[in-house]
Amino acid sequence: MATILEVKHLTKRFVDNEVLKDVSFELKKGETLAVIGSSGSGKSTLLRCLNHLSKPDTGEILLEGVDINGPGINLNTVRADMGFVFQDFNLFTHLTILDNVMFGPLRVRGQSKQEAEEIAMEEIKRVGMVNKIKSYPAELSGGQQQRISIARALALKPKLILYDEPTSALDPELTGEVLSVMTALANDGMTAIVVTHEMGFARSVADKVIFIDQGVIVEQGDPKEMFKRPRHDRTKLFLSNFVNLE
Amino acid sequence: MVSFFNYAIKILPDMLSGAWVTVQLSVVCITVGIIFGMVLGVLRVYSSKFVYWMVTAYVEFLRGTPCLLQLFFIYYGLGDMGLLLKPILAAGLALGINTSVYQAEYFRGAIQSIKPGQMVAARAMGLGKWQSVRYVILPQALRLVIPSSSNEIIYMFKYTSVAFAVGVPELLAQADLTGSMNYRYFESYVVAAIIYTLMVFFVAKIISIIEKKAYVPGLQLAQ
Repeated sequence: MATILEVKHLTKRFVDNEVLKDVSFELKKGETLAVIGSSGSGKSTLLRCLNHLSKPDTGEILLEGVDINGPGINLNTVRADMGFVFQDFNLFTHLTILDNVMFGPLRVRGQSKQEAEEIAMEEIKRVGMVNKIKSYPAELSGGQQQRISIARALALKPKLILYDEPTSALDPELTGEVLSVMTALANDGMTAIVVTHEMGFARSVADKVIFIDQGVIVEQGDPKEMFKRPRHDRTKLFLSNFVNLE
Repeated sequence: MVSFFNYAIKILPDMLSGAWVTVQLSVVCITVGIIFGMVLGVLRVYSSKFVYWMVTAYVEFLRGTPCLLQLFFIYYGLGDMGLLLKPILAAGLALGINTSVYQAEYFRGAIQSIKPGQMVAARAMGLGKWQSVRYVILPQALRLVIPSSSNEIIYMFKYTSVAFAVGVPELLAQADLTGSMNYRYFESYVVAAIIYTLMVFFVAKIISIIEKKAYVPGLQLAQ
C-alpha cells in the first residue's frame, strides 16, 4: 500500500514548554494509527499540528508526498482533505443534522445543494442517524452528536480522518456506538489517526500504535506486539494502568 | 372627554402622517444601525490590531458625544461645508450611526459568547476565516443578539423624535404643530403618547415573532 502521510522531525513549543520533540512516523493508505499516552503527553497537539490547526515550529508533513507547508499549497484544501473529529464534537449549533453534514460539500467543496444532500444522506446513513436529520445538535445525545460529527468529516471525502479523543467526553455507555462506527470505517479501508484512551480499540482495531510521552515517541509498532511485550519501561508503566482490559 | 375625542379625531390625519414618518425614519436608522453594528462588531473581534483600534476609537468617540450633537453636525455642520442633506436623510444617517455603535457592542458580546470550537471546527473543515464568520459565526450571532439588540431597537424607535430638531415632520413634530395651531398642547401630546405606545407595542411584537422563528434549541446566551 502507498504511503499517505509522512511526518518528519516535527517539533512544537508553547513558550518555554517543548510539547513535541522530533516526532516522525508514517502512515499507509487504509491504515488506522492509534496514538496513546497520558494526558499532556502531546498527543492532541500532534494531531492539531498535522492539519496546522496549531502551527508546528519545524519539521515536514507530507500528504501523499506533497509538503503541506510548501509553496503554492492552499492550507484550506489540505484541511478539507483531513477530516477532523473533536473530543467535544463541535457540531454547528445553528444547523440541523442534515445541514451540518451538508456543510462541507456545500460550503467547502462548493458542490450543488442537491449533490451535497445526496452525499450527506449517504454519510448519515453510514453512521445510522437517518431518523434524526431534522434535529438540532443540542437535541442529540453525546454519542449521537459524535457519530454525526464523523459523518460531517466524511462528507468532505477526506484522504484521512483525524480523531482527537473522540470518546473522552462521552458517558461510558455511549462510547460503544461511536467506537463501532469507527471500527466499521476502519474495516472499510478509511485511513485514520486516533488519539485515544480506549486501549481496547487501539489493540483490536489499529494497525499501528504510537506511544508518546512528554512529546517524544517512545515506541511505535504493531499493537498486539506492543500491548503484549512493551519494549520500554515507560510504555510498560503506562500500559500497566490498563491491565484490567487485557 | 367628548371634546378630547373630537379633537383627537380632528388631528388624527396629521398625527398619523407624523407616525408614518417616524416609522420610515426608524426603519432607516435601525437598518443602518444593525448593518453597521454587525460589521463593527465583527471587526472588533476578528480584525487586525490596527483595525481593532480604529473601530474602538470610532465607537468610543460616538458613544462619548450626544446624539443631538451628531445630528446637528450632520445636518447643519455638513450643510455648512456644502453637503446639504434632506432633513429625513440626515436624521436617518445620524441616528443610524449613533445606534450602530451600541449594536456593535451587542454583536461583539454575542460573537464572543459563541464557543471557540465553532470557529475551530469550521477552519478544520477547510473554510477560510471570513467564510467561517459568514457561515458559522454570524448566523449564530444574529440569533444571540436579538434580546439585547431589540432593547436598542425599541429605544431608537422612540428616539427618532429628536429628528424634530432638524424639522423632520415626524410624530412629535406633528404633535407640536397641531398643539400650537389649536392651542391644545396637552391633548396633542396625549394623542402622540398613545400612538407611540401602540407602535412600540407592535415593534416589540414583531421582534418576539422573529425571535421565535429564529429559535434553535441549544443556541442561547450562556448565563
